[in-house]
Amino acid sequence: MAEVYTSSVIGAPAERVWAVIRDFNGLPEWHPAIAESRIEGGAPPDQVGCVRAFRLKDGGHIRERLLALSDYDYSCTYAILESPMGVENYVATLKLTPITDGGRSFAEWSAAFDCPPEREAELVATIGQGVFQGGFDSLKSRFGG
Amino acid sequence: MVSVRRSTVIDAPIAAVWEVLRDFNGHDRWHPAVDRSRVEGGGRSDRVGAVRDFVLTGGERLRERLLALSDKEHSFRYSIVESEIPLQNYVAEVSLKPVTDGDRTFWSWSSRFETPAGRERELAALVAEGVYEAGFEAIRDRVEGRGGTLPAPAVAPAGDAIEGLAMVIDRHGGPEELHPARVAATVPGPGQVRLRQTAIGVNFIDVYCRTGCFDLMTPPGALGMEAAGVVIDVGPSVRHLSPGQRVAYACPPVGAYATRRTMDAALVLPLPDGIDDETAAAGLLKGMTAEFLLHRVHRLQGGETVLVYAPAGGVGRLLCQWAKHLGATVIGATSSEAKARIARAAGADHVILPGRESLEAQVRALTGGRGAEVIYDAVGRDSFAHSVAALADCGHLVSFGQASGPIGAWDIGALASNSATISRPNFGHYTDTPEKVAAITGRLFEAIERRILSVEVGRRYPLTEAAAAHRALEGRETTASTILIPEEDSP
Repeated sequence: MAEVYTSSVIGAPAERVWAVIRDFNGLPEWHPAIAESRIEGGAPPDQVGCVRAFRLKDGGHIRERLLALSDYDYSCTYAILESPMGVENYVATLKLTPITDGGRSFAEWSAAFDCPPEREAELVATIGQGVFQGGFDSLKSRFGG
Repeated sequence: MVSVRRSTVIDAPIAAVWEVLRDFNGHDRWHPAVDRSRVEGGGRSDRVGAVRDFVLTGGERLRERLLALSDKEHSFRYSIVESEIPLQNYVAEVSLKPVTDGDRTFWSWSSRFETPAGRERELAALVAEGVYEAGFEAIRDRVEGRGGTLPAPAVAPAGDAIEGLAMVIDRHGGPEELHPARVAATVPGPGQVRLRQTAIGVNFIDVYCRTGCFDLMTPPGALGMEAAGVVIDVGPSVRHLSPGQRVAYACPPVGAYATRRTMDAALVLPLPDGIDDETAAAGLLKGMTAEFLLHRVHRLQGGETVLVYAPAGGVGRLLCQWAKHLGATVIGATSSEAKARIARAAGADHVILPGRESLEAQVRALTGGRGAEVIYDAVGRDSFAHSVAALADCGHLVSFGQASGPIGAWDIGALASNSATISRPNFGHYTDTPEKVAAITGRLFEAIERRILSVEVGRRYPLTEAAAAHRALEGRETTASTILIPEEDSP
């Protein structure tokens, strides 16, 4: 099982950053790789078990199920149901922790998944640096960091 | 229930921050609120369940227990066991996370506790600001390389050299060369400590230094490699020792036969509460010797057969106890039934006495003809040939002493008869850095605390009668460990 861990510091209090990222249907608002998102069956985006369907800017499609959402821990866990990446058993968590020193947020985005061994390094780099760090960079440019 | 959480980002990689924070007994070296810290019972600070005893810079005492420690999560949890500050049911967690974006460290420090009614806010502020935020700044200064705010050493030495008494030799020779002399324990300089010694170990290596067999010292000078005592004062930049602390050492440079001594503080270890001064002086060097003989010179495996000469002596008893614990079959070779009883009590499965059959024949009879896989031989001239003959094929002869005299020249071609390996370790080479000493003593103290080893004091001599102690040791009169006690009225 491959694991990816990316973390960063976002220059705004956790509740403000969380207000943006808790929306399971809101990634097009802040993630540069996502063109469109919708929740299947019209469910509310904070309903645990709901499925979001993305269209990526490069044309690909991804479906992901919300497994856990915590306003108390500022964390969101989801699984990939379908994607062009060629990963299996992919579960990821995005989590914020307040940094009391300076009113900032510590942001962690981690994932574990199965893939053919020869693709692991490439996928870890793509997901960690492309998807996760790309999202953090966008949040940093929005909130400071 | 009051809940406090503070967090920050330190601009240094997580490994650098964790290296400092992980030492549960090290907060006195960086936290401005902590003046002194020690682990009760002298155990390792990374042992879950360890209790640290703080004296805060305000003078208050605080005892805290390590509840959990994770090198994987870079976190530890601890609770207050006893405190002069009224924090009740206090449980805290220190947790580090890597910030991969910039190779920095996120540090969270949180706790929950109760206070006397009406003092919640005051004590929460004390914990949050006085402890957690102050700690953040001290570590930031330390690992981000800004420097400057680490607390000064606990003691600024002052005054003059303190006169003491030492047992010295002016030239190599017999026990009669040992005589008392006035010596000065100088004010400790940077990195040094000055000790008042309370018990001094006598070891065969002292005899070798006296005779000139080992070149660890050049006369004139005091003999001795091992002592326990109390810190009088410390020099600048010494952070792990403080005045009044009980300590011990067992290492070069030679010079332990003294009432007072100034030496390199890095070589001096805080002594666990569970180990008294006489036990330390009697067991530290011998125990360290047993440690590196059984774990480093040869890595003893369960199932191996070990032959130990002088199994009733200071090192021999410890070798028997420890080898038995490691699962070896232990054969002791000694000279009398009285010593044989001591060896059996120490764990020897078999004891060989001089008899009609040679030592090697007796060893082979006990091992189904195979011989001993490992032989610890500090006898030397009188035993060496027998040891080679008693070795199993591909066996290891560890010749770590020569109590009976020099072994002389040997044709190594003869070793082809059983493909023998021979080692001639010297204590000095295994103990010449603080890192080596820490590794060896860590395992040794644990073995003493777990009662795998029991150190027994044999004879006690006044320091000024060191020559008599040497004569008894060389005369094979002693069992267990011999120590010297500085006289009450000596300076």
